[in-house]
Amino acid sequence: MGSNSSSMNNIPNAEQLVQETGFSAAHILRLYERFQFLDKDDTGQLRPEDFGAVRELAMNPIGDRIISAFFSPGQETLDFASFVRVLAHFRPADSNRTRDGAQPEPANSSMGKLKFAFQLYDQDRDGKISRAELLQVLRAMLGMQVTEEQLQSIAERAIQEADFDQDDAISFDEFRKSLEKVNIDHKMSIRFLS
Amino acid sequence: MGTSVLYEVKTERGVFCMLLLLYLCCSGGKCELQESQPAQPSNRPTVKPFNNEPQAFPEEERASLPVFTMDYPRIQVPFEFTLWILLASFAKIGFHIYHKITIWIPESCLLIVIGLIVGGIMHTVKEEPPTALSSNAFFLYMLPPIVLDSGYFMPTRPFFENCGTVLWYAVVGTLWNSIGIGLSLFAICQFEVFGLQDINLAENLLFAAIISAVDPVAALNVFEDMGVNEQIYIVIFGEGLFNDAVTVALYSMFSFLADMPVVESTDVFLGVARFFVVAFGGVFFGLVFGFVAAFTTRFTHNVRQIEPLFIFMYSYLAYLVAECFAISSVLAIITCAITMKYYVEENVSQRSCTTIRHVVKMLATVSETLIFFFLGVITVTVEHEWNWAYILFTLVFAFFWRIIGILVLTQIINPFRTIQFKYKDQFGLAYGGLRGAICFALAFTLPDSINRKDLFVTGSIAIIICTVFIQGISIRPIVEYMNIRKTNKDKQTINVEVHTRVMEHIICGVEDLCGQWSHYYWKDKFKKFNDRVLRRILVRDHRAESSIVSLYKKLELQNAIDLLDTPIGDLSAAPSIISLQDEKKEASRPKKKFMAAEVRNMHDILSKNMYKIRQKTMAYTNKYNLPDESRTREILIRRHASIRRTVRAGSFRDPPERNIPRSQKYYSLQPGGDLEAAFALRRRSHGSGSGDVDHLSAHVQFAGASARSSSRSLVPMRRLNTIEEIKNPAEQPAVSVHPPPRSNGEDALNKTGPGSLGGSSLRGRRGPVPAPRRSSSDWVEEDANDSEDTGERVDPPQLPPPRGWVPENQDHVENGAGNALIRQSPHRSMRF
Repeated sequence: MGSNSSSMNNIPNAEQLVQETGFSAAHILRLYERFQFLDKDDTGQLRPEDFGAVRELAMNPIGDRIISAFFSPGQETLDFASFVRVLAHFRPADSNRTRDGAQPEPANSSMGKLKFAFQLYDQDRDGKISRAELLQVLRAMLGMQVTEEQLQSIAERAIQEADFDQDDAISFDEFRKSLEKVNIDHKMSIRFLS
Repeated sequence: MGTSVLYEVKTERGVFCMLLLLYLCCSGGKCELQESQPAQPSNRPTVKPFNNEPQAFPEEERASLPVFTMDYPRIQVPFEFTLWILLASFAKIGFHIYHKITIWIPESCLLIVIGLIVGGIMHTVKEEPPTALSSNAFFLYMLPPIVLDSGYFMPTRPFFENCGTVLWYAVVGTLWNSIGIGLSLFAICQFEVFGLQDINLAENLLFAAIISAVDPVAALNVFEDMGVNEQIYIVIFGEGLFNDAVTVALYSMFSFLADMPVVESTDVFLGVARFFVVAFGGVFFGLVFGFVAAFTTRFTHNVRQIEPLFIFMYSYLAYLVAECFAISSVLAIITCAITMKYYVEENVSQRSCTTIRHVVKMLATVSETLIFFFLGVITVTVEHEWNWAYILFTLVFAFFWRIIGILVLTQIINPFRTIQFKYKDQFGLAYGGLRGAICFALAFTLPDSINRKDLFVTGSIAIIICTVFIQGISIRPIVEYMNIRKTNKDKQTINVEVHTRVMEHIICGVEDLCGQWSHYYWKDKFKKFNDRVLRRILVRDHRAESSIVSLYKKLELQNAIDLLDTPIGDLSAAPSIISLQDEKKEASRPKKKFMAAEVRNMHDILSKNMYKIRQKTMAYTNKYNLPDESRTREILIRRHASIRRTVRAGSFRDPPERNIPRSQKYYSLQPGGDLEAAFALRRRSHGSGSGDVDHLSAHVQFAGASARSSSRSLVPMRRLNTIEEIKNPAEQPAVSVHPPPRSNGEDALNKTGPGSLGGSSLRGRRGPVPAPRRSSSDWVEEDANDSEDTGERVDPPQLPPPRGWVPENQDHVENGAGNALIRQSPHRSMRF
């Protein structure tokens, strides 16, 4: 699909997106091509099934969580701007780039990245990872050989480790603290090709 | 190469018999490798037609009719060769009886040791070394299977995605090594003390080219166990593959130069030009023969029994023709294998496909085993010229240049890579630079015109043995030690471990989503070209379901059934445990203290069982096994099953007027507000339900118990997961407590179960089987579609959304049709 048809002019609000997300024009262009590629019926909107067509994503144990993270609650389609905004989480943090405007907190800060990860656990969006939510992720992540009891005790242990206020759930702050030693920026960044 | 004609002819014939024998072995299957009896009789008839030597037979016959004769010389060569193979294969069996051995000591080491022992015995009884070794049999008969194997099983997609890095290490790295080592050795030769002045620059470079091909199997095995990023695998794998080709090209160039009395500057340019001719010529021949092979298999559907033969003959032909023109035969056979694999596997039948894979693996294993084995034998039996200085310096330089090379090359390539090589990886790459079979084979084919040939052979053997033994054995402890130290320092918590892996998956998924790996402009172009032109020419019926696809389907189905079978066994036990846990949590949740050992155990479980990112291609990298894709399948099936489950539960639970967007439903994420409502509703129904269930009958009890647990763990989410998925029999009765869906649920169960179901406990057991099976087969199609190497799939007719989540009616129909396997999908043509 049209690698020739895509130039900066065809992309809606391209300038604004560059401003907002910090991607360069080349990045945006490339992502737009990709967007068009995924958008099989040329509606300008992606649906979850379009994402499902990416075959590696089907191999990803938490693939559907990743997909659903792209869609805000209640929405079932995704336009290009939102697509890019979500991807902006994964841009490496700005250190060498000059354009870092007056935004209070860009999506690609470690905080933004962490929030994205947190959101994948916190499916009911109550701001906490409950034991059950943690267990679900663990089940998806671990092979079939692991028994339910092992899963239970791993979840128990994980919650104990992180749960400072004893409410049997991991809040975002606790989540952040438990990952203090991990270089989030390194772990959650993609070098976007342009 | 430089041997006398008569000798050539003799060995040629002998070796041909051997090859024939090799093929015989293949067709004979495994039994022949394990028992020696069938192998020997099978020699005689085969060898007969090729043996033109005048026999003493007629005269003897006239004298008197012999009742019993023995003609050992006639069968000697193939006979001995068979015994060699058998011996080597027995050794392999032996290693794997004590599986622990091969973890700590690489197989090649063990083979060399056995070779040394056998060689020692032969040396003491003054036996000649096997004739197969004394010619270029290595190049004509033992190398092709090994290379064919690597080419055929190369994970094409990740390879092309990392093409740049792989070629960078393979080409530049090998050039770097050989030139570096060659020049430094030449410098050493200038010292009069060592008595090496007669070795000129070209000869040094030639020797350096021989020993610069690294064979990083050991590193690969170690990395595999430690679960390194797959990118590193493919780089190591590709490096091992292509530096063979580069080395052979370099070798032919330098041996040309070494033969020349005077080297002028134009010769250097010609040499460089030759290098390119050698490389691209190899690729060209590979492509040609690959396409011809693919085209041929288009017409073999009536002669299935010889189908696999074409693959071997064409690739071997590519190799021989390339060898004939003295261009890179290794590249030719690799390219040929890569080119034809995709088309051939679509054309040939499923069995032929399996046969091809097995035979390729088997030939390669046999060849490699023999090479290392012979290496041991040769080391003892051949005459050596030992020069301490030269050999020691060779070892030092080989190690030195390898490390410097990796460090420098990685620094240059890292900025261009998405996933960069850490120092640990670089160390693994550098230290894993063992020298292997190619090095040995090249040393043996050195022309006799080189006056220090013996020294070079000795040097090569020395460096192989040193690297294989010292580095091969020590790499695992060293890398593991580095790893352990790292984790100890970090004091990782369970949280960190889980969350970082989740993040890796996220990154991985998003990258896939963005199509990061592929240079997809070119890929897109190629795909179109492939669909329009190549497939039409090369694939018999390009709409038909290819053999590999149907194989995949079968595997999927098998796997689905397996997965279902296993947990159902202990199903009765599971719910009680869980409900117990739940009870505990509900009451006061006493702080369970975890012992250090327990925590360590957890880490262990986590590191072993967490899905690694992009498991798919890792499976290919184990050199000695056929690809195993069970984990990918597991993920696929589990995920798909869980989607189905969500769908199902959702359709039971949600009243139609609830305005939840479909996408959300499908992907098991629900907007928060609605969820609360759903949760409350469910909770209530469950509360009344458990009582219901309890007095319903004793049989239902387990269903009720697990219903409790599952609904609890559901709170407050929709279910997503599969362990529960598997005990979902329990869930369905639970849902059925809720009045309106009840009939619905019962309905579904009754229709899904084969025959009418009597007791509710029985229903519980039977319930789940059809559902996931159906779903798996459903999935298989998509997956099979995907399993081909085309990346983003063009999903032909947007599969209509309702099919996914309003499946109740459809499901019944499908189940009524019965066998999920038979169900065809006429509306979805296989496109790639």
